Amino acid sequence: MEQGRARAPLPPPGLDKPAALCQARGMSVSPQPNSFRTLPDERGHFGRFGGRYVAETLMPLILDLEKEYRAAKADPAFQAEFDDLLEHFVGRPSPLYFAPRMTAHYREAAPQGMGPKIYFKREELNHTGAHKINNCVGQILLALRMGKTRIIAETGAGQHGVATATVAARFGLPCVIFMGAKDVERQKPNVFRMKLLGAEVVPVTSGAETLKDAMNEALRDWVANVHDTFYIIGTAAGPHPYPELVRDFQSVIGKEAREQILKAEGRLPDMLVAAVGGGSNAIGLFHPFLDDPDVAMVGIEAAGHGIASGQHAASLTGGGPGILHGNRTYLLQDEDGQITEAHSISAGLDYPGIGPEHSWLHESGRVRYLPITDNQALDAFQLCCQLEGIIPALESAHALAALPELTLTMGEDQIIVVNVSGRGDKDIFTVAEALGVKL
Amino acid sequence: MTARLANAFARGRPALVCFITGGDGDTAANLDALVAGGADVIELGMPFTDPMADGPAIQQANLRSFAAGTKTADLFRIAGEFRARHPEVPLVLMGYANPMTIRGPEWFARECAKAGVDGVICVDIPPEEDAELGPALRAAGIAPIRLATPTTDAARLPVVLDGSAGFLYYVSVAGITGMQQAAQGSIEDAVARLKAATDLPVAVGFGVRTPDQAARIARVADGVVVGSALVDLVARHGADAPGPLRELTGALAAAVHAAREVA
Repeated sequence: MEQGRARAPLPPPGLDKPAALCQARGMSVSPQPNSFRTLPDERGHFGRFGGRYVAETLMPLILDLEKEYRAAKADPAFQAEFDDLLEHFVGRPSPLYFAPRMTAHYREAAPQGMGPKIYFKREELNHTGAHKINNCVGQILLALRMGKTRIIAETGAGQHGVATATVAARFGLPCVIFMGAKDVERQKPNVFRMKLLGAEVVPVTSGAETLKDAMNEALRDWVANVHDTFYIIGTAAGPHPYPELVRDFQSVIGKEAREQILKAEGRLPDMLVAAVGGGSNAIGLFHPFLDDPDVAMVGIEAAGHGIASGQHAASLTGGGPGILHGNRTYLLQDEDGQITEAHSISAGLDYPGIGPEHSWLHESGRVRYLPITDNQALDAFQLCCQLEGIIPALESAHALAALPELTLTMGEDQIIVVNVSGRGDKDIFTVAEALGVKL
Repeated sequence: MTARLANAFARGRPALVCFITGGDGDTAANLDALVAGGADVIELGMPFTDPMADGPAIQQANLRSFAAGTKTADLFRIAGEFRARHPEVPLVLMGYANPMTIRGPEWFARECAKAGVDGVICVDIPPEEDAELGPALRAAGIAPIRLATPTTDAARLPVVLDGSAGFLYYVSVAGITGMQQAAQGSIEDAVARLKAATDLPVAVGFGVRTPDQAARIARVADGVVVGSALVDLVARHGADAPGPLRELTGALAAAVHAAREVA
């Protein structure tokens, strides 16, 4: 096992000296605590990332939200209601599933003695078909605590829009979902779902008509309706305290996975893999393991047509630090700081930024981030259907697509956990088109 | 450092503050038209791809500016040439954090100083994130102009005022630019509250389109900001915008400047 670990792509840093490790890699870092789990600081910063870059109109509301979140976190009744809804409404815990045929498949491709046991964290089995609902349940409880009577949200693939519409219906609040017009077109089933759930879907026609533009429009609505409206942000990004509270609500994924793998294998996994758009499913899986030095973590960015093509959504691999949508983080941008359009076959990853905690984990070296192209994701999508009888979301297919590379260097006695963050029913039209199949 | 700005508000009458987006149309000619019409302060909008606080009029202006190929360097060229033509008219840049900080705040402050910019309004840098831009601007003698809004309550106002310079921009509606206008009564209350808390001039904007509206606000405020109505003229008239811009600015200036004269 020691041998296998030594050959893992990235040995995790020693926890006693992460800052020294970063300096050794030539990265500039601010002084770090002896833990990766203590951030953000009281001003919402993860190192030099995060923060609260919003218009003055929103500042008081964001400060209120922070205060209310602190109170909720300390309130056992809030936690009890959250847990109860996750169990009975969402259907948690989601299984941790050993994927036997995929494990065998990669063992065949790997050198003798290599190829780890592959487990899936089955977030696609949640109510509404993705991890998004975990966060929505938490945020709508906050909205109710704050006395807000109207819900808004942005959505890319439509998963967060469906999850938001779902909790809004469950609690009887009116709900408006902003969705890029291009995404409305490529995610028709989810648009209809949202409407069935009673939400109003507003197609956004500015910019490239995708997730970034939907977020702009949601912010514009929020600023005009601060008195009664709660904005349920769908990913671990935006102004503080959103990255923190979304992470905390999504951390149920990692907490469960930790218990489940200990029960199944008697030890922690060697590696965690998750797709990263904004990065909420990834941070939810990673965060409870961040201080376990033997658990390596890999976040998968969408490389679209390839990083070199310029048509991708990999802000860590192909972007740089900047300020957008309330936080400082890695962004796709030009030399003037104008935001450039992202591209991914996966609408949920088609965003030119990433959650600020991922930017910090990237620079601190704790998590490694790899780009995966549209075509790699399409291959992994099909392979997962054929080998495991699971149709994964295109977002999750990006995480699965890293397995060919990652499994080559891991021993048979090692364990890798992939977050299957959503189911792929919503993507079958996109995939059919990409494969040249007429439905 | 802000002598030009201070002077603009020290003429014994309310000031007219006019906004247009840089790089949208013949900006130099349009700016000259605003000055000729009687604008006391010029706000030059720096285009941004994601103008979260702006309504459709200014969003479209940004898109037209980008379509014309406008870069940050062009904005500073426009500003510098304006300063050369109009040595006394205060010039304020208004925009968003990312284009202002991408090359570092010191770079931005230095370019502002070189171009003769007097103040900067950054929509998405609240006082809590002042370190991102404020210290560099102050060191270069540029006024960081802050925004107060209907949601800025009494407890928060001192936070906003601490480090503010030039003038205080009161955003009269919780919303985006160019949409609805606030009720006159709410503006009067807010301006009274702000003026009790600061010696800075208070200028009121968002949703102000007509000379009548501007005059009513100018009866209580030190300045009135008009943006989307002017940007709409640039959209409608393109290369022929200077004439209509001068006409509307003239009407607005006459109304604002005379607002406190006894009828």
